[in-house]
Amino acid sequence: MTLLSVTNLGVHTDAGTPLVHNLSFDLAAGERLGLIGESGSGKSVTSLAVTGLLGAGLVATGSVLLDGVQVVGAAERRLVPLRGRVASVVFQEPLTALDPLMRIGRQVAEPIARHRGLRGSALRAAVAEALAEVSLDEARISRAFPHEISGGQRQRAAIAIALGSRPRLLIADEPTTALDVTVQAQILRLLDELVDARGMALLFISHDLAVVSAMTRDVIVMSSGVAVERGTIDRVLSAPEHPYTAQLVQSARGLDDMLGTR
Amino acid sequence: MSAVLIASTDVARARRHRSWTLLSGLVLVGTVVLVALISLVWLPYAPADTTGTRLEAPSGTHWLGTDKLGRDLATQLMIGARIALVVGLGSVVIGAILGITIGLTAAFAASWLDDTISAALDVVIAFPVLLLAMLIVAAQGASLGSVIVAIGLAMSAVVARLTRVLTKRVLGEQFVTAARTSGTRWPGIVVRHILPNIWPTLSVNLALQFGVAVLAEASLSYLGLGAPPPNASWGRLLQEAQGTVITAPVGAIAPGIALIMLVIGVNFIADGLRDVADPARKGSR
Amino acid sequence: MILELRNVSYRYRKGALALDDVSIGVGEGQSVGLVGESGSGKSTIVRLMLALARPTTGTVLFDGEPIVPARLGRFRASVQTVFQDPYSSLDPRQNIESIVAEPLRSLGLARGAEARALVTASLAAVGLPADALRRFPHEFSGGQRQRIAIARATVCHPRLLLADEPVSALDVTTRIQVIDLLAELRASTGLAILMVSHDLSAIAALCDETVVLHNGRVVEAGPTASILTAPREDYTRALVAAVPRLPLA
Repeated sequence: MTLLSVTNLGVHTDAGTPLVHNLSFDLAAGERLGLIGESGSGKSVTSLAVTGLLGAGLVATGSVLLDGVQVVGAAERRLVPLRGRVASVVFQEPLTALDPLMRIGRQVAEPIARHRGLRGSALRAAVAEALAEVSLDEARISRAFPHEISGGQRQRAAIAIALGSRPRLLIADEPTTALDVTVQAQILRLLDELVDARGMALLFISHDLAVVSAMTRDVIVMSSGVAVERGTIDRVLSAPEHPYTAQLVQSARGLDDMLGTR
Repeated sequence: MSAVLIASTDVARARRHRSWTLLSGLVLVGTVVLVALISLVWLPYAPADTTGTRLEAPSGTHWLGTDKLGRDLATQLMIGARIALVVGLGSVVIGAILGITIGLTAAFAASWLDDTISAALDVVIAFPVLLLAMLIVAAQGASLGSVIVAIGLAMSAVVARLTRVLTKRVLGEQFVTAARTSGTRWPGIVVRHILPNIWPTLSVNLALQFGVAVLAEASLSYLGLGAPPPNASWGRLLQEAQGTVITAPVGAIAPGIALIMLVIGVNFIADGLRDVADPARKGSR
Repeated sequence: MILELRNVSYRYRKGALALDDVSIGVGEGQSVGLVGESGSGKSTIVRLMLALARPTTGTVLFDGEPIVPARLGRFRASVQTVFQDPYSSLDPRQNIESIVAEPLRSLGLARGAEARALVTASLAAVGLPADALRRFPHEFSGGQRQRIAIARATVCHPRLLLADEPVSALDVTTRIQVIDLLAELRASTGLAILMVSHDLSAIAALCDETVVLHNGRVVEAGPTASILTAPREDYTRALVAAVPRLPLA
């Protein structure tokens, strides 16, 4: 069944500036979709609109049905049961996505406690399991604060927190952009495995064509708030139809070619 | 990215609100400045003239009536405008020069010196402004000059602390490093890069301090520590009108309103200045 | 060698070792890429090479001699820098002419009309029109700002350009343009380039030689082509393998 159904989604500021225009796409359970766009394309705003997390001053129009519930214009209390249980988000910068004053273990425990109703030793066991799942086994990490662990470890913690509520849809917004290359590869692999193992749907947002090609097969290319192209990543790379896509692919290929053939 | 979007929409709404406040502020302060300027060339009566009947109500000959010694209140009010502006300007100039110098020094100093200066500033700031001013005035004797110096000194600590924080922030920007690699020496960097970048926020703060200074002087005068009559300030007028506030209310209301006009006007202008200092104006991503 | 680090070590005040016995050099007309992830020490190397910090042990040499105050002017005129963040490396309160003319002014190389002519030429060389002179940074995009930064860095005709992550903050489409611009400048003026980056593709596009930095040590160094196709060290191999690649055309 369709988990996420976006129809004619538009987002504009109070003053009327359009950020996203006429966006439509569907995502069924277990499916993956890549959203490709550079800065100003509206990709991040889209992910916020889908979970009803748009800030003050931004207005959404159109329809977003998340597990059958209309998100656009919905009151907060209708959205809360969706967040975590249906959809979770992993953001780009773990340093700001994590609470700097709370230990990692406690932050991972929060969604688990709330959504799975665990307490005491059952909760502790679940937290340990969640951390092990993202390869954060070391005991000291659970007791550490975000600034005391590395960027890669922080992002793993953010993933553990996002998955703690057992969401059916994971939205990953530039999850590896702020990380070192070697760490990026590990995190992408981790995301791939977890999404597969749990049968989650994945909305993967990035400006990096190579990264998206490793994570999803179907993609939508966004530019200035509009979906300019959609299709499989292979088709988009080999035969882009829209001039913007063509330019994007050409630049990406140019840089990729520099690294030599494999 | 959305944080920036939110900021820009809030700004658009706030900007409309701010242009009204800026305009009102300019009108209020402008009125006071105009009155002060006029007082330099013309006054209804001579300042020391006590020929009027005491505590007269407002009339054709005495627009705001007279005080308990028979002096024309309107004249006193106009002189008071002059004094308020001189005090405000004088203490802000002293506070700014001293404060910015100390703040810059602390920002560039080695950490032990910076810590010492910051601690000293904290102590001065923790001291109630009025008490500090009273101490200085009591030591120097009550006069307009000592009042300006006292308030200026107290203000310089706040300005210094703000300058230090703003300077440190600018020092962390890449364009400062770029200036160094372009061969610019530190004095040049301070003049060309640091001061222009801290000035917008600093000027807003100084505008607010102007209002604080005027009120501080009024309070000092009210307590009898300000400039003595007949060149008395509004605060002094308030103090003298204390005993007769029921029978001759104009004597207290007039200086009171004048004070409110000036201080609120200055605060409105500061609000409007904040618009110029708005970081969103510098261009967001 | 224009600029050289010889057996340089750098220790923080708290005792942590940022660089351990590092030797790197750039000669006339050469292009060297410094690859390193976070914590590799590359930012420290940049600061040492710009004489903004002094090594704990070892020497930093400019034209074979240590950088003493007397030689600082000539050093600054010969070694210029392009920084990473185009939104932070231009003073928002200065107009473009003032920004690009700063090296000329501060190093006493030119002033007034002569400086303006040099600035206009420099902007033209990076593809920006003369009417940019009176405008301010916030009126330009990230890619354009980086061009302005390059114009500033080349206005005094330096011999070596130190580029610290010059394209990391830019969109993919803009990245290629700026890289092409740097390559063009190199070809037309014989400018030597030292580029510090975590992005291997940018380094591969511009630099003939590559130095791989890890945990404050030089792990491997050599021609870029060999580093990419036949890395000798495990870390280099892991680094090259980790770069996300597009599926084959």
